[in-house]
Amino acid sequence: MSALIQEMSDKAQRLGIPLGVQFDLTYRCNERCVHCYLDHDDRDEMTTAEIKDLLEQMAEAGVFFLTFSGGEIMMRRDFFAIVEHARRLSFCVKLKTNAVMIHRSEADRIQALALDSVQISVYSHRAEVHDTITRLPGSLKRTIEAVRLLVERGVKVVFANVLMRDNFADYSGVQALAAEVGAEFTIDPTITPKIDGNRSILGLNIDRAQLQQVLRDPSLLGASPEEFCALPDGPPAPQDAQLMLPCSASHTFCYVSPYGDVCPCVQFPLLAGNVRTTRFLDIWHHSPQMKEVRSITLSDLPVCSSCAHGGGTCSRCPGLAYMEGDMRGPSHQDCEKTFVRTGVAPTGWRVRCEAHPVDETGADPQPPPAQDPGPIASSPPVNGC
Amino acid sequence: MSPVYIARVKEVAARSIGGEMMIMSARDSMLFSLNETATAIWQAADGATPLAEIVQRSVCARFEVDAATALRDAEELVEGLAQHGILKVSNLPIEETP
Repeated sequence: MSALIQEMSDKAQRLGIPLGVQFDLTYRCNERCVHCYLDHDDRDEMTTAEIKDLLEQMAEAGVFFLTFSGGEIMMRRDFFAIVEHARRLSFCVKLKTNAVMIHRSEADRIQALALDSVQISVYSHRAEVHDTITRLPGSLKRTIEAVRLLVERGVKVVFANVLMRDNFADYSGVQALAAEVGAEFTIDPTITPKIDGNRSILGLNIDRAQLQQVLRDPSLLGASPEEFCALPDGPPAPQDAQLMLPCSASHTFCYVSPYGDVCPCVQFPLLAGNVRTTRFLDIWHHSPQMKEVRSITLSDLPVCSSCAHGGGTCSRCPGLAYMEGDMRGPSHQDCEKTFVRTGVAPTGWRVRCEAHPVDETGADPQPPPAQDPGPIASSPPVNGC
Repeated sequence: MSPVYIARVKEVAARSIGGEMMIMSARDSMLFSLNETATAIWQAADGATPLAEIVQRSVCARFEVDAATALRDAEELVEGLAQHGILKVSNLPIEETP
């Protein structure tokens, strides 16, 4: 994050401005991805007029970064009318799409919109793997054709490679494909519960050995691998913990569903209000749910505040913790990642594993000893980790 | 000396955050922060009003600065913003494109 973006984010937080919003335009989709956390029925999506009015409210509220996602956003016939309206309102717009509906004319229109970026889901460089995950025959071919059209037009394309057991072996292939077509590459090793709380898809998550490989792969670690894999330096001092915020959800960021529901984040489905009955800014400022999330600092997290990783080496997502049953608790999935990354078991993971010896995520349910780095530290270090 | 006209480029993202205009260039995703004076000039950049008139109305009338200094500073500012592709500058009025 650039210093200026950090400065803008700090200022927005001080002033109570919702700097960023993810807005899912529809849950309908032309793919049926095996790991998807949504149901795809249309349960009375907002109309074009409602959406345009909401965008105007968001602009007035100070929203700058706006991500349109879904579902497949282009399933909406008014998709371009919506994005064009958003650009007229000067939002910095990012799209998340599978791109299979982008042909030459759509690529031209996207180019004209001067968007920040278009993030496209790619699960494998092999059609038989990608198409099995999307359950749409021919989808990889169509997606990559669309990627090429966009890149040719100077549109910034980012591959989003969600990792599961069935496509784990292919992430290097996807990375190479991204480089070949001129796209950026991001990887996400976390399958989250469905938005209704159903946890049946968690078994698709990669196992610990695979997670270790990803989190220690030098080609993925970026410029500061030492920092990424740094050992924890103990829980923060109480006075510091009182100032440490879990993440941007409810502070400078929120989520809006196709039905107008507002939540702290797409991964934090705590309903704070609905824009069909309450103005966006009123929900943002005054809903008890937003206020509650906003009030939580690290010192309010009974397990995490005493964890060695509390000082900053933890990647805890409060939304995942909420979906595991307690927004002030640890997120087991993030504890697992933190352990694999650093080799030091988080307190929250040990507590969770003792309470739930059977683990549906597929991770080893047995917690390691408190400071035992386990098999990771015995592996050769990657870039000094 | 021929007048200078300035117009905002539509291909940017822009928002006022606590009185400070944040502008992101579509060309390179570079983020810029405009101070109060620069924001006043940016907001008045309609392509039809000469820069000297914008400076007189939006800067000199609001801030304690002499006209010559303000215009010189404004010319430097618009040149910089034009180089980053977030403002158009011309010696003729700039028509708004649909």
